[in-house]
Amino acid sequence: MNKEWPIWEIFIRSKNGLEHRHCGSLHAADEDMAIQNARDVYTRRQEGVSIWVVESKHITASNPEKNGEMFEPAADKVYRHPTFYELPDEIKHM
Amino acid sequence: MLHEKLYDYLLHLGDNSMILGQRLGELCGHGPELETDIALTNISLDLFGQVRNYFQAAAQIKGGDATEDSVAMLRYEHEYKNTYLVEQPNEDFAHVIVRQFFFDVYHQLILNELMNSKNETLVAIAKKSIKEVDYHVDFSSTWVKRLGDGTEESHEKAQTAVSTLWRYSMELFKATETESWAAESRVGPDLDQLKSVYLERVSSILKEATLSLPEETVFQYGAKTGRHSENMGYILAEFQYMQRAYPNMKW
Repeated sequence: MNKEWPIWEIFIRSKNGLEHRHCGSLHAADEDMAIQNARDVYTRRQEGVSIWVVESKHITASNPEKNGEMFEPAADKVYRHPTFYELPDEIKHM
Repeated sequence: MLHEKLYDYLLHLGDNSMILGQRLGELCGHGPELETDIALTNISLDLFGQVRNYFQAAAQIKGGDATEDSVAMLRYEHEYKNTYLVEQPNEDFAHVIVRQFFFDVYHQLILNELMNSKNETLVAIAKKSIKEVDYHVDFSSTWVKRLGDGTEESHEKAQTAVSTLWRYSMELFKATETESWAAESRVGPDLDQLKSVYLERVSSILKEATLSLPEETVFQYGAKTGRHSENMGYILAEFQYMQRAYPNMKW
């Protein structure tokens, strides 16, 4: 039997209206404990108003060894950035 | 006269939280898991924060050069009014959690009543503290259930803690002269009336945790009136050391 508690990823919403952001991970035996631990570890200095916890095993991550094929092809495709448009002066907030 | 009673009553309220806070503080860096370590010391800090409020009020009543620190740290053992329950050692994690649970349920009941106190300071302190203590109750109750209804080993340890610590529970509800005064003058709750709700809440959580109260218990009384257990001297030795060695020192 594995005696180590599983790892959970913690997401905190810092204010209403903002999104939950990943802030770290911790150990907990179940989801209730994960929420309580997250509250005690990550929000003790008023960092948040809402907590999400996800057991790390439920997150599928990209393979770092495949970073070349995954991400490098995008490097020379600057035309994918919308920076080639001429904006009229009247448009202020783009 | 009234002031003396109120002073004593503030000590009753503050000393329980302070000694339990000190016990939890001993766990700093020694918790079973990093996350639990932080949780328990957070609770300790909550309790000390509440104690400061009580003792600032007490120091004001006392006057002269009394401060929250002198009220907290410069009394003799028999002048502390905390119960036996909170002096009990951190035997193992199950003891820490069960002690906390027995106290938290009581603490929550008391604060709920203090929110209707005739004394405005107590109302303010209770309103500020209740949210913290509601969380303490959640924390310790879920842990009691987790340990009791966990593995065979955790169940056994939790049951041992329940059976050992239960004998110190009823002292919480045995009113001293000061607490009777508080109830009569509607400054504090009538402890006797809270007992049945307490028993109900504790029993229902323990039932979920598949734990049981001992069938026969010889309850222990006396710490509240100054007759402390042998644990108390050791707690105070550590707690008071700095103030005794370096009088009037400040951080």
